[in-house]
Amino acid sequence: MEYFQAIERPSAWPLDRGQNLRHFAAMPHDHADHPHALLPSDPALRVKALETLLTAKGLVDPAALDEIIDTYENRIGPRNGARVVARAWADPAFRAALLDDATAVVAEMGFYGRQGEHMVAVENTDAVHNMVVCTLCSCYPWPLLGIPPGWYKSDAYRARVVREPRKVLAEFGVTLSEDTAVRVWDSTAEVRYLVIPQRPAGTEGLDEEALMALVSRDSMIGTGLAGA
Amino acid sequence: MTRVHDMGGRFGDGAVTPEPEDVIFHADWHPRALAITLAAASLGKWNIDVSRHARECLAPADYSGFSYYEKWLAGLADMLVTRGVVTAEELAGQAAPTPSPLAEKTLKRDQVAAVLARGGPADRPSDVATAFAPGDVVITRKLAENTTVVGGHTRLPRYAAGARGRILRLHGSHVLPDSNAHGLGEAPEPLYAVAFPAAELWAQPEHPNDEVVLDLWQSYLRAP
Repeated sequence: MEYFQAIERPSAWPLDRGQNLRHFAAMPHDHADHPHALLPSDPALRVKALETLLTAKGLVDPAALDEIIDTYENRIGPRNGARVVARAWADPAFRAALLDDATAVVAEMGFYGRQGEHMVAVENTDAVHNMVVCTLCSCYPWPLLGIPPGWYKSDAYRARVVREPRKVLAEFGVTLSEDTAVRVWDSTAEVRYLVIPQRPAGTEGLDEEALMALVSRDSMIGTGLAGA
Repeated sequence: MTRVHDMGGRFGDGAVTPEPEDVIFHADWHPRALAITLAAASLGKWNIDVSRHARECLAPADYSGFSYYEKWLAGLADMLVTRGVVTAEELAGQAAPTPSPLAEKTLKRDQVAAVLARGGPADRPSDVATAFAPGDVVITRKLAENTTVVGGHTRLPRYAAGARGRILRLHGSHVLPDSNAHGLGEAPEPLYAVAFPAAELWAQPEHPNDEVVLDLWQSYLRAP
């Protein structure tokens, strides 16, 4: 096919076995073979093949793809969450409203959308340190924090943080007091969690922009501390 | 409970490697994979629960060996064929792509901002009465399995099956993934944040006061 001329085929191309096509056409719930095996083995070529096919069928607008990428590369990221945290530190009424109904409060700031439809803010104190994970996939509050970091999506983080959060924290250079309990939030539904880290001492009088600079992405997931 | 994605509490994984905040993608093809997946979702042939289940249904060796966006791509390719959006021949490059009748739904550049901003809220009105209140003690299902579809989708992780916790908060009524992933309707029901002491989940918890909180649907829970 013209569309696929640039794609190098693996030597054992699955469709050489014609019976696979009938199998795919009437796929049971579970199956040994999957259609994705029909794509090239190199993931970069897999993406190219899918984009080329879907564009040829009129199902993807490449300009829309550029727009989606630009959104998550340049417009939506952890500075959104940092603004929410900085405001919560500086404004007690805002903080109270945020802890009561985060979805409404952050939506008013323009931070609503895909993967942030139901927000809950959880506040770190001397007594409780909150951390967020999604053990079953990699759910994450995109409108506030952007695309999740690689480690958040890793098997190691997903598998370990619910069982040994303090060992995971140590790998981020964080050691908690024995008087502080860890509460790990496993995002098993469509609710997304934002950690409000503790405000560092000696930051009284800083304005919102200066406070924002203290708020790292990791501090809003719970694997870091603000101002560290 | 028999699928590889359900890895919470698993032993044997290595260290977690922190990374700088300005690293968004790790390969040139990653943003393209993300964008194609989001764009294809707007064709309306599947919902988020169907797409999660498609990734979970990857063979265990594939799931473990694939990077995050490779899982997305594989799930997308599988859904495109099984939902009749493309043919296996087209996917394999063995047939010329034919124009799709779904093309009228194709996400256009000027629609992207509105579609991403609108999202897909999962809360719904429900006839199912709220059975629990904050502070109530509950016990999760003994088996972390879909009770209707064999090998079907569920959001109760194995590590929290058969465990005793307490209701922290009610989130309202939300679409039930166990149903919605299988074309059985949204079946909304009350959703709760439920807190479990670490000692309820692990034989050797790191600290006696640590807790894990999960969002769990009412049908996953019972009174003690």
